Formats: sequence, C-alpha cells, structure tokens
Amino acid sequence: MKAYRGRPSIMINKPADLKKAELEIKNLHLSFGGVTAIKNVDLKVHTGELMALIGPNGAGKTSLLNCITGFYRPQSGQIVFNGRDITDLHTHRLVEVGIGRTFQNIELFPGMTVLANMTLARHIHCHYNFISSWLYAANVKKEEIRHRQILEEIIDFLEMQSIRKQTVGSLPYGMMKRVELGRALALEPRLLILDEPFAGMNLEEKEDMVRFLLELNQRWGMTMILVEHDMSIVMNIAQRIMVLNFGEKIGEGDAQEISMNPEVIKAYLGESETIE
Amino acid sequence: MDFFLQLLVNGVCVGLLYGISAMGFVMIFKSSSVLNFAHGELLALGAFFFLALITWAKLPIIVAFILTLVGCFILGFLIEKFFLRPLIGEKLIFVIMLTVGLAAMFKGFILLIWGGNLHTYPSFLSESLSLNLGAIHIAPVYTATMVISIIFLVIFGLFFKKSSQGIYMRSVADNQKAALSLGVHVRRVFALSWAIAALVASMSGIVLGVMNGVNVHDLSSIGLKVFPVVILGGLDSIGGAIIGGIIIGLLETFTGGYLSPSLRDVVPYIVLVFILLIKPYGLFGLVEIERV
Repeated sequence: MKAYRGRPSIMINKPADLKKAELEIKNLHLSFGGVTAIKNVDLKVHTGELMALIGPNGAGKTSLLNCITGFYRPQSGQIVFNGRDITDLHTHRLVEVGIGRTFQNIELFPGMTVLANMTLARHIHCHYNFISSWLYAANVKKEEIRHRQILEEIIDFLEMQSIRKQTVGSLPYGMMKRVELGRALALEPRLLILDEPFAGMNLEEKEDMVRFLLELNQRWGMTMILVEHDMSIVMNIAQRIMVLNFGEKIGEGDAQEISMNPEVIKAYLGESETIE
Repeated sequence: MDFFLQLLVNGVCVGLLYGISAMGFVMIFKSSSVLNFAHGELLALGAFFFLALITWAKLPIIVAFILTLVGCFILGFLIEKFFLRPLIGEKLIFVIMLTVGLAAMFKGFILLIWGGNLHTYPSFLSESLSLNLGAIHIAPVYTATMVISIIFLVIFGLFFKKSSQGIYMRSVADNQKAALSLGVHVRRVFALSWAIAALVASMSGIVLGVMNGVNVHDLSSIGLKVFPVVILGGLDSIGGAIIGGIIIGLLETFTGGYLSPSLRDVVPYIVLVFILLIKPYGLFGLVEIERV
C-alpha cells in the first residue's frame, strides 16, 4: 500500500532564480601521491538537468563528486558554480552555496530520529539570534513553523510518514538511503549530488527511488548529478551521461550516444582478441 | 554512620570535580577521537594562572577566576590552532604523541616559573560557606565545589542540548562526514572542544588547588585519574563521565576513610578492572554491534 502523498507547495513553487544551478568544471586534476584519480576532466551541468556519471570501479566517479562537494581538494583546475569559483571554498560553505549530497555508504546520525536527522540540515536556514530564541519571539516561532512545514513536505514526498519518529539506526537499509536523501533535500540545495542512490536496494526500493528522483527532477526542477552502476536505470532516467575510465572522460552524451560509443563499450566489455 | 555520611558527601564533591574535568577529556575524544594526555597539565596550568593572578597581580578572587577561565579558553583555541590543526589527516597515534609532548612542555613551563614546591592560595572562602547538617560538617571548599560543579553541569547541559554550537559538536561527535555534508564547520568544532576542555580543566584545577594546595606533580597526576573515570563511564559518554567521576570519587574517599589513605589511589583501578570485566564498554559506553 502506498502512503498518502501530500502536495508539496513550498519546495515546488520556488522562484526560478533560487533553482539556478550552473556547474562548470574546467580541467580538473586530482591525484593521491602517485595515483592519479582524475585527469583533466571537463564537465558542464545546466539548470534542471539530471546528469549521470558512470564508469567501471575505480574510475574516479566518487572522487569527482568529492571534489565538487569539497571533501577532496583538486591539485589544479577550476570548479565554478553559478558564476562563482568554488574550488577553494571550505566544505561547510559549499552547503550555503547550494550543493547538497548523499553518500555511497550511508552517513546518518544513527541514534537520532528521522526528524532530528533532517532538522539539523535546516540550521543554515535559521536566521534568528540567541536572544530572540531564548524569548521564543514571534519571528522565531514563525520560522520554526516554516522549517517544520518544509520537513513535513519532504517527509510526505518521500513517503516516510510512518517512520518520522523512529531511530534511524533501526531502519532497513533502503529506508536509510531515503532518509539521507530527505536530509539532503532539507538543505534546499540547488544542485543535488547523489552517490549511488540505488546501491544495495531491492527492486521495489529501486522503483520508489526512481520515482522520487524523476519527480524531483521534473516537477521540482531540481538539478542533479548521479553516480550509479545500474545501467538500466541510468539509461532510462538520465538526460545526459558522462563516462569516466581511469580518471579520464571517455564519453559524454545522451543514452543513445553512450550506448553506441566504442570507447565506452571497450571500457565496459573489454577488448576482443582473436584466438588463433 | 556519621562518618559514612561525611565520607559520602566528600566523595560526591570530589567526584563531581573529577567528572567535570573528565568531561573536557571526553569532549575532545568524542569530537576528534584524540586521547589528550596533556589534560592533567592543562589542569595544573589553570591552577597556576589563578595563583599568579591572585598573588602577583593581586586581583580580586572573582576577577581572577573569570580571567583564568577566559585565558584557558583562549589557550585551548591556540593549542588547537598551532599544534593540532597541522596534524589533521595524520595518523591518530601522531596526534596522541603530540599531546604527550604538550604535557611535557607545559609541565616544564610550570616547573621553570613556579618550581616544584607546594604553593597555597591565600584563603578566600568565607566560613559562612561551611554547612553543618547534624553531625556532618561540610568544609567551605566542598560546598563551593558542589555549587560550582552543579552550575557548570547545568550550563553545559543547556549548551549541548539547546545551543547551535552545542548541537554542531554533538553532530560532529556522532558522524563527522554527515555533519560536514550538512554545512557544519567541523574545524571550529574541534577548536571549540579544545577550548572548552581547557576551560573545564582549569576550573577543576583551581578547585583542587584550593582543596589540596597547588603542586605541579599532584595536579598533573589528576590527568591520569581522568582515565579510570572516563573508561568507567564509557569513553564517549559525557553523562557517563560525570557518573564515573562520582564513583571514583566515592571509592577514593571510602578507601581513604575505612581502609588506608595510602590505598586510595590504587583501589579505584582495581574496581575499574572488575567493572570492565563485566561491562567492557564501560557503564555508558557505546556498544559497537557489527550488523551483518
């Protein structure tokens, strides 16, 4: 049985300039000691796009995401977001700029409830000061109500009503992934970065997640970058796909182009050798 | 019975103090998983700063107390900035060795300036602070300890529960990566945890100095006593540190009162071993369950 779906209003009806997310990566280079993780990669993501990043294991997909979200520092190259150079910005400042993310291995606060996990994400949108919050002034109350409305909207959207007050550590894996997505959404990001959102899920959970992502992209107008191994999903939902192999970009285009690209086929299937 | 109650009250007072100084230790461990071996020296530094302010600068007690706390708070920030921050990302053992080095440095500094003798504060606690409950007599310093400890506990309780910085500290302690991805300034949290740890250490240093006199070796050995307290309470539980402190404080005073004063430093460790045999993660520690 599917739970009741609310009608999100706050998040959908955001003005277009709050949804603007133009990401441009120029000539990015990242290495760890002697190992080169990313070699001169260029990437452009435009507002409202759902872009997928694929590649064999160890191709540098997660490294690239970590560069965008400030967890790794590239040695050279530039990352520009909405016309602003964010290459050297502190990790915590990137959230304010509007980049939210989820992780490949779930990173939640396991001892806290779902709601508490998501509430922490709202701190960057808190504007009241120490004194007025002590007095619980009218503006504080109004703001708190709005925070809760947004959280409830996300909870409705992700169909998490029944687990709202459960401890995250006790939830099944697929549900935790969903909570993590909800927490990233609570940041109200312009650009959402998802690191393997379908990993370890069963078919039904995957279907739900695809539904959420498509709705986010199409109805909410959320710009997303997605790393995923499940080709059938990627080919179906991504508008544009970029393929990495050994840190190098070997192909970019829509699903059709990628599936015909000889370089990509070689990377995934290996080279054919004639046996004599 | 009176003797028992007397020991009980003294034990709880001393224990609260241990608990609060252990809280500083736990805070650093929780946020950055660094074991701070310089904790006892921070305690001693606080006590000696206070000594300098009231004997050399002849400041009023309250002013000197607040200045010491503020000074140690800033010192904590500086320690983090100049010693710990360059080591972020290095192996944990390097960082722990660094705190051992800091301990030696601080101890040397104190010995250089004040020497290894026992100093005492001029007595400033008024006799009106002493309480007589029936046959139990509570000395002024114990009353003051109790009051200060409870004030600190309430303030820190509110700080962690209600203030945004406190919530950030809890989030970093819980999951650093997640906190970072939500825009928490993790480095500031590290700095703040060192600053607060230094502040509570200096506070307990001053009170212990009033109780037993100010001596480098005695005070820095309290840093060692923090270990049974935090291990007993569970290394990552702030509430556990307080309870652990009270248990160790009680054990010490009861051993000192009933068995022999020379055993008081040993018995807590013996009891600790037995408790750990039954509860290996401490009384309130996080039990790590591998979920397969």
